[in-house]
Amino acid sequence: MTQWVDICSVDDLQPHAGVCALVADQRQVAVFYQPNKAAVYAVSNYDPIGRANVLSRGLIGDIKGQPMVASPLYKQHFNLETGVCLEDEKVGITVYGVRIEDGRVRIGLPAESDNEL
Amino acid sequence: MSMKQTLVVIGNGMVGQYFLSGLMNSPARELYDIVTFCEEPRPAYDRVHLSSFFSGKSAEDLALADRDFFDRNGISLHLNEKAVKIDRVNQTVTSAKGEIVSYDKLVLATGSYCFVPPILGNGRPQCLVYRTIDDLEAIAAAAENAKVGTVVGGGLLGLEAAKALKDLGLETHVIEFAPRLMAVQLDETGGALLKRKIEELGVIVHTATNTRMITEGERCVNKMSFADGGELETDIVLFSAGIRPRDEIARDCGLDVGVKGGIVINDQCRTSDESIYAIGECALWNDTIFGLVAPGYAMARTVIDDLAGEAAAFTGADMSTKLKLMGVDVGSIGDAHANTPGALVYSYQDGAREIYKRLVVSEDRKQLLGAVLVGDTSDYDTLLQYCLNGITLPENPDSLILSHDAAAPAALGPDLLPASAQICSCYNVSKEQICGAVQAGCTTVNQLKAETKAGTGCGGCGALLKSVVDSELTKLGFEVNNHLCEHFPYTRQDLYNQIMVKQIRTFAELLEQFGQGDGCDICKPAVGNILASYWNEYVLKQEHLGLQDTNDIFLANMQKDGTYSVVPRISGGEISPDMLIALGQVGKKYKLYTKITGGQRVDLLGARVDQLPAIWSELIAAGFESGHAYGKALRTVKSCVGSTWCRYGVGDSVGLAIELENRYKGLRSPHKIKFAVSGCTRECAEAQGKDVGVIATENGWNLYVCGNGGMKPRHADLFATNLDKETLIKYIDRFLIFYVRTADRLQRTSVWLENMEGGLDYLRSVIIDDRLGLGEDLEQQMRRVRETYQCEWKATLADEERLKRFRHFVNSDQADDNIVFVEERGQIRPADEQERKHFKLLEIA
Repeated sequence: MTQWVDICSVDDLQPHAGVCALVADQRQVAVFYQPNKAAVYAVSNYDPIGRANVLSRGLIGDIKGQPMVASPLYKQHFNLETGVCLEDEKVGITVYGVRIEDGRVRIGLPAESDNEL
Repeated sequence: MSMKQTLVVIGNGMVGQYFLSGLMNSPARELYDIVTFCEEPRPAYDRVHLSSFFSGKSAEDLALADRDFFDRNGISLHLNEKAVKIDRVNQTVTSAKGEIVSYDKLVLATGSYCFVPPILGNGRPQCLVYRTIDDLEAIAAAAENAKVGTVVGGGLLGLEAAKALKDLGLETHVIEFAPRLMAVQLDETGGALLKRKIEELGVIVHTATNTRMITEGERCVNKMSFADGGELETDIVLFSAGIRPRDEIARDCGLDVGVKGGIVINDQCRTSDESIYAIGECALWNDTIFGLVAPGYAMARTVIDDLAGEAAAFTGADMSTKLKLMGVDVGSIGDAHANTPGALVYSYQDGAREIYKRLVVSEDRKQLLGAVLVGDTSDYDTLLQYCLNGITLPENPDSLILSHDAAAPAALGPDLLPASAQICSCYNVSKEQICGAVQAGCTTVNQLKAETKAGTGCGGCGALLKSVVDSELTKLGFEVNNHLCEHFPYTRQDLYNQIMVKQIRTFAELLEQFGQGDGCDICKPAVGNILASYWNEYVLKQEHLGLQDTNDIFLANMQKDGTYSVVPRISGGEISPDMLIALGQVGKKYKLYTKITGGQRVDLLGARVDQLPAIWSELIAAGFESGHAYGKALRTVKSCVGSTWCRYGVGDSVGLAIELENRYKGLRSPHKIKFAVSGCTRECAEAQGKDVGVIATENGWNLYVCGNGGMKPRHADLFATNLDKETLIKYIDRFLIFYVRTADRLQRTSVWLENMEGGLDYLRSVIIDDRLGLGEDLEQQMRRVRETYQCEWKATLADEERLKRFRHFVNSDQADDNIVFVEERGQIRPADEQERKHFKLLEIA
């Protein structure tokens, strides 16, 4: 079962950029907002290549139609829908579901059993 | 025993070295063991660009062969060892050190020496010549305590020598016996214009002046007395009154030499002894000595082919020259003096712009025989091609030299050149060879240079070379894709112009009109940067926020662990004790790692994103402002202490550095920009390694541009000399905005200049001569940037909304638990992976 956690108001999001939310187990989730597409994406904030919690500070956009975030450290691109690294498909980041309801942002955390840690 | 024969080369100058490196690429190399004698203490160097030794190039920069050329190719190099005797009967060469080497074939490339006129007193102290690096070192040493320098000889080399004296900061005179400068290459009008232009640069020219004797001076070391009764006090006398072939070793062993000197050679460059060749300035072919490097190279090629058993002949050489003498463009092609019977002359003079052009054409007006160009040599390539390839002239030959602003450009496109047209005369590369190399896969000028060597000699053919490559690429159907990225099918320059012309203020607008998709980490920062350069709005304004790269978006430099470094501005590197204490207090309070940067300021590292606003509010309260270390922007203006304190300083480098840094701070540019200002030629601020470097002289400021440290260091080019401050600043204003407008994304000024068609000359024509008429516009844009400057950190601290972003979590005040420091040498540093794990275990326990 997915558990939906309230993290902030839509107004707290940064248009065309990211913020980072703290959820259970000290997990960090990067949340990106593209107002022109009414799209919100949530992925792990940890950059597995740069090994630091920085992805929420990366630039977003698209490459060949895939929405992506570029790592602010070494500029690898991660697909915001699948988590796959565009430069090395063996590397990936966790992708979370997002819901916008009543002006609040909620993140879907997987149930305990499929916890990635 | 080697089965090979022995080839001895006497002389390792430009032609000797060209011969050796050409031979290495010839099948003939397999036939010989090679021995070469070099009288000088260093192997061959570039004598053509010798005067650049005084504008910053080192002996190493001028070297022609890489360090291990000789070892790698198994050539036995006898450095600092003059060959003194040839025994033609036993076929041996004896050196000054007494070594005897047998030869089967011998090549004489002994070059020439400076002719010193037989003037009474020509051996007095500080009477020198201008020929070798040793000569230059002697000149530099003499100049230390000298005020006045005089060159005897107003030819090509004499004017080069005068430039060297000028660069050394001396009052410079040129004495010429003939009634005009460069008598060989120029006619009277051209010579007179050249004289006027050179005099404008502060060199005093005395034509039709005959030196009688040199005696001890009263105010200077020497006094020159002239035939007309005049006198001139001078410390240094530099003889540059022509060259004479060095033929003594040939003379001594009985080879035929000319009446006025020179080793006689035939079309195969063989001397009167079948086994001995002579090439370069020591050789006399058809009663002619060729005092230029290109004919010497042609002779070297002839000998290489002859040694390889291929039919080859030297058939004379084109003596056309194009050069820049003390910043004045001069060109001379073919029969400049119209000596050909029936020759017709067209001339064009523009008094206002100080340009003179003269065409010499055949009686039937079909062929170009020669030309003289002073003040503007942009037509040189085209005219030379007409002349060398016998291309039929247009109906009105004068259309070739009339001002191009009015008429249609007369340039000869690469398609009109015959396949055999020689594009690079230094390395004799034809259009056909260039097209061949392009067809074989060379798609850039740089690849082509590596492949064919074209354009790597004097570099004069650069623009023509590029046009031939481009034309061939187009013919092959290559489309050179220089699109910024998949979202914008344009170059950075295109986008800059679109923003300027359409007055676009946001990325969304630009994307809507000219792009597609959402953008990416290539185009967003590039466009954000252009918008910031042009409009200079606050970079964290909501509509620009998402465009900012890693560092700009938090106005600090992200480090490997996600923490930031903070670098406040310390203009010119000048800082009071109180300000230093304030910095130290901030560093101590926030437990930051502190280090002095290369740009004379202080880096505070290890700040978490949530600490940045507090750190900056303390810094700003103490009087600091943003240092833009995070931006593609002006970084620092480094300085030495200058004339205020230094015993040697001649200019207030600190004062100027502070003024420049405050003037240009906040200017966003395609890449970071660094400046430095030195108070004297000792150059303690290392200004010649900067994008913009300024060095004080007795008479003002010398401006250097497009230098670079970093991955690919580049020595800056001397751009203009002895400027007053107002002119200096005007040039820098124009230079910076021109760079901002025309460079590619993330292109430093060094690469920008190297890729610029027309190079430094073109840049000077835009900035100094205002050839594009942009000067006022460029200055205007700089004025607007200055007027809209704001400290980005001050603006951020004043805006509650903006400050919200400076926390690690949107929903918690906790800090990032992945940031862990350990101590080293009394300061913090990021923990490595091992240490981090250990720390986490401790925490859990």
